[in-house]
Amino acid sequence: MSGQAVVHVADVTKTFDVPGRGTMTALSGIDLLIGQGEFVSLIGPSGCGKSTLLRLIGDLTVPTSGTVMVNGKPAQQARVDRDYGIVFQSPVLFDWRNVEENVRLPLELIGTEKAAREARVTEMLELVELSDFRRHHPYQLSGGMQQRVSIARALAFEPALLLMDEPFGALDEMTRERMNSEVLKVWAQTGITVVFVTHSIPEAVFLSSRVAVMSARPGRITKVVDIDLPRPRTVETRENRRYFELVTEVREALRGMDGRVEADDAALDRAAAEGGIG
Amino acid sequence: MTALRRNLPAIVVFFTTLVLWEVVISSLDVRSFILPAPSSIANALVENWDVGYQIWPAAQTTFLEAAGGMVIGTVLGVLIALVISRWTLAGDIALPVAVAISAIPIIAFAPIANNWFGVLSPTSKMVIAAVLVFFPIMINVLRGLTEVPNSSLELMRSYAAGSMAVFRKVRVPNALPFFLTGLKVGTTLALIGAVVGEYFGGLNVALGRIVVQSASRLSFEVTWAAIIVASVVGIAMYLLIVAIERVAIPWHPAVRGDRIS
Repeated sequence: MSGQAVVHVADVTKTFDVPGRGTMTALSGIDLLIGQGEFVSLIGPSGCGKSTLLRLIGDLTVPTSGTVMVNGKPAQQARVDRDYGIVFQSPVLFDWRNVEENVRLPLELIGTEKAAREARVTEMLELVELSDFRRHHPYQLSGGMQQRVSIARALAFEPALLLMDEPFGALDEMTRERMNSEVLKVWAQTGITVVFVTHSIPEAVFLSSRVAVMSARPGRITKVVDIDLPRPRTVETRENRRYFELVTEVREALRGMDGRVEADDAALDRAAAEGGIG
Repeated sequence: MTALRRNLPAIVVFFTTLVLWEVVISSLDVRSFILPAPSSIANALVENWDVGYQIWPAAQTTFLEAAGGMVIGTVLGVLIALVISRWTLAGDIALPVAVAISAIPIIAFAPIANNWFGVLSPTSKMVIAAVLVFFPIMINVLRGLTEVPNSSLELMRSYAAGSMAVFRKVRVPNALPFFLTGLKVGTTLALIGAVVGEYFGGLNVALGRIVVQSASRLSFEVTWAAIIVASVVGIAMYLLIVAIERVAIPWHPAVRGDRIS
């Protein structure tokens, strides 16, 4: 923890009404403090509410009780002030826009003046190494490239916070590792605070300064593991003894909380999707 | 070259059919009021091109009626889809009415429209065509405006985008392919509407009138010529929309043509 808190989640509970099954508690008693420039991963079995927690921070859904503060403001105000950029599991690019037009979207919404907008788009495309593809359309790009466009778009308006919801879950292992290194490069270059949802232990350990381990039914944070691996993290990091120790520590923290959750997952996911946005 | 190769089977089948048709008619001595030979239809077409039945001026009249119906039906369909997508209450009122209108057999409505808007005026035919065009346009545009992926809406919410921005930057471009599909369906319907309207009266230089009059005089080769010209007009209108589609939505899978890969 360093500097001012960018995210402050205090005693948050989130319940969903599932038709025919009563109320389901997705999150219970969540406390989380994330400092400026931190890279925090949320990891847990499916159905543990890690995505719901991310969506609460982004004000894409509201807590049943408790408070979520971002940049010292209620999450809703932070969203209206455009304090964060978000990357979803699917790239959510608009087919009718080419790469640069997709990256430009948030700048158009903010009303950035044209010259500044173009400069910023160029800068972002260089950051994710897609300068040669600015006029391509999303369907002409690979999954990894599409997700890089999505990252460039999330960073385009220089938010203080980057929320990433299993951004590389749909990619193959090789592409995922390359994307991990790219995210760390972007993080190092921008100094942005990142909250990263994943179900991959190696990914969480490789990327993070801290890993919050969550359990399901109800979703809660059971352990926070400090990742004291040196930076910059490279291919060698993945072969480091300390890296394996930390992977083991996270894995053991996750153990003993699986098996009983799968049946409820589908219903909860549905409720989350429906309750997410009015 | 590739276009020719792709269309070659269709062209071969077309001409083979014509030849077979001609041969069967002449060898079996089929009477022309049952089915005229292609050569006599072609002959009737040339003889009545701008004199006699005046098929070419008639085609222009019918095309203008269908096109006018397209414009009226499209404007109304888009407007009502916009209103319905914006206000739920409007949808609850307008949707059943729209369904009811679309359920009217156009044959029953045509004489009434001729009576209301003037049997000799092209307006009455345009209105009949518009009634047919309106519904597929409205229902398609409505789908395009409302069936927006939830993830796109969440993205816009994360940018604190207002409903007007969501409308302009997400809903309208999302609706464009649906709209063009509606237009494609609309072209053939507009032509049907115009011709049906003409059946129930109007100026004689119109394809529907030529069909009625030539059939009543047993000049079936003229009837067939008028039918063929009507379908050529319909195909031309359809292809025009396809061309617009290529320009307007080059990114769409249906236009990209890579559905198989």
